[in-house]
Amino acid sequence: MPFMPVKFNLQKRVKLAQGLWMLYWLSVIVGILIFSLGIFFKIELRKRSEMMDNNESHLVPNLLILVGVLACGVNAFGGKVCHDSLDPIKFAKWKPMLKPYLLLCCGFNVLLLLTALLCFLMQFAMYLTLAEGLKNGIKFYKDTDTPGRCFMKRTLDMTQIEFRCCGNNNFRDWFEVQWISNRYLDMSNDEVKDRVLSNVEGKYLMDSVPFSCCNPGSPRPCLQHHLTNNSAHYDYDHRTEELNIWTRGCREALFSYYSSMMNSIGALVIATIFLESVDMAGLKYLSTALEMMSDPENPECESEGWLLEKGVKETFTELLAKLKMLGKTNQVEEGGEAATAAT
Amino acid sequence: MLLKINFTQQRRVRLAQGLWLMSWLAVMCGAFIFCLGVYLKTELLRRNEVMENTEIHMVPNILMMVGLASIGTNWVASRVCQDSLDATRFPRWKVLLLAWFALAALLCCLLIAVVVLSYALQGRLEESLKVGLRNGIRFYKDTDVPGRCFQKETIDRLQMEFRCCGNSNFRDWFEVQWVSNRYLDFTSKDVKDRIRSNVDGRYLLDGVPFSCCNPASPRPCLQYHLTDNSAHYNYDFQSEELNLHSRGCRQALIDYYMGLMNSTGPGVLSVILRQMTVAASLRYLQAAVEGAMALGGTQRARRETSPGEGSRNH
Repeated sequence: MPFMPVKFNLQKRVKLAQGLWMLYWLSVIVGILIFSLGIFFKIELRKRSEMMDNNESHLVPNLLILVGVLACGVNAFGGKVCHDSLDPIKFAKWKPMLKPYLLLCCGFNVLLLLTALLCFLMQFAMYLTLAEGLKNGIKFYKDTDTPGRCFMKRTLDMTQIEFRCCGNNNFRDWFEVQWISNRYLDMSNDEVKDRVLSNVEGKYLMDSVPFSCCNPGSPRPCLQHHLTNNSAHYDYDHRTEELNIWTRGCREALFSYYSSMMNSIGALVIATIFLESVDMAGLKYLSTALEMMSDPENPECESEGWLLEKGVKETFTELLAKLKMLGKTNQVEEGGEAATAAT
Repeated sequence: MLLKINFTQQRRVRLAQGLWLMSWLAVMCGAFIFCLGVYLKTELLRRNEVMENTEIHMVPNILMMVGLASIGTNWVASRVCQDSLDATRFPRWKVLLLAWFALAALLCCLLIAVVVLSYALQGRLEESLKVGLRNGIRFYKDTDVPGRCFQKETIDRLQMEFRCCGNSNFRDWFEVQWVSNRYLDFTSKDVKDRIRSNVDGRYLLDGVPFSCCNPASPRPCLQYHLTDNSAHYNYDFQSEELNLHSRGCRQALIDYYMGLMNSTGPGVLSVILRQMTVAASLRYLQAAVEGAMALGGTQRARRETSPGEGSRNH
């Protein structure tokens, strides 16, 4: 008893072939879209790799690029098969390749599922990488004369301006590091000496933030220094002041940017899985309808197409039996002799 | 007869087909010109607050009009091509074709005018920006005055995005009071001294807003006491280059807009060429088909030849 049989006459077969051809080319376009999204994601990761300590994982964009290229190839082949399907001579040369092709599509769907899962799960790794990278970024902000780190200041300033954020968790992260290089500190000054002596490690710490933390939307010119000292500025209360500098931390800002990107890419990959499954079902119907024509010489005859030759349970048990047979390759001869003896 | 070419039935058909394709390409060029106009207009509108007058908006307005008109005319051209090989349907286009040629010529002239205007209006744009930026800097502190409360944010974002400071350079900030009186402690001696130091009673200082700071500077940004070398350690006002953005916002904006308009120049010129090609081909087709129809009445030869003309006077 075939699984989900459908009767086809010539009209329906032609319509199915045409519809399936268009669907396959739509899938090719979706494959190109996934490929370009993979490249876009890779570029975005590279742009901010300094914020992630240069050890961010490129697994997801590389996988997306691979999947995009594979999707184009697989679906273009499917489209070609559909195009030739209504011509018996041309279709005959594709027939033997159909079964391995459908198996390949199944494997491809599994790969797509894996990619979608990774898109959602790698966000945790991204969060941890960002936390670590930003902490180091803030630490190396002042090292504009150290080779390899001389652009950290500019990168961090541009990031804080672009993403409207300040510090790692919030602006107080700047109070815990020395972000002014010793080259610009007058060590003979009393105030400087006091600050340096005030902590164990001899760092020049202050309750100030860099200019890139400033919020342009504040009605007041930006207050950068002596942020916790109410008397240092006229009409200023640091507990109620909200608009002066950005209150959001850069880790949260960058993470929400990347996670929304990864979520939408993951959703697109899941939609692609559905599209591929529909393609596979359509191709199975078309191939079985063409094979099961009762009178191959008469194209007008009716035929039946199905998804599986037997019911779901029976196909499953057959598959399991086949796998078991593969496992018993050593005992094939004995089993064969026993079978011939029995018959 | 100018530039006479002989057309057989085959060549007429080929010409009609080729022209049909070209006129659809020309429709897309028209759409491209329209989108270009829209893009330019949005870019100008975004910085509307620092421009005093809207004369420069003539350029994108003309581009949008020409784009729409070009879509319409080239669509008509494609319809004419479709009907050209059908003797019954072609005559109704005869009257329209003269008007079409006039319109096509007008569109080409307008496109050339746009290219000329985009250079000619540069001076007016500069004037408009000069006044607009001067007002923006003057009203920077008025974040509590309705109608001007976003001036500060606009100027700050402009300076950060275009990496510029002030109108001509950063010294423009020394000449205005950019800190609102609400945030000045009038009992402080320093504030009182500064206010009394000039005729208008303004709080002037040799400092700039934070948005002038250059992120590429190796040193944390120095905003205040810029002309005072002793106020900062290891600082020389005359030789310090990287601390603030050195370019003025007027120059930055002009460079940006001129760059935009220059990059659209080649596109516009290619559209002019395409439009002229379409017009010339349509003239050939019209003359060839009319000649064929005139001959078809007196002769019934299988392969008719007819002269095609490239001039407007018979």
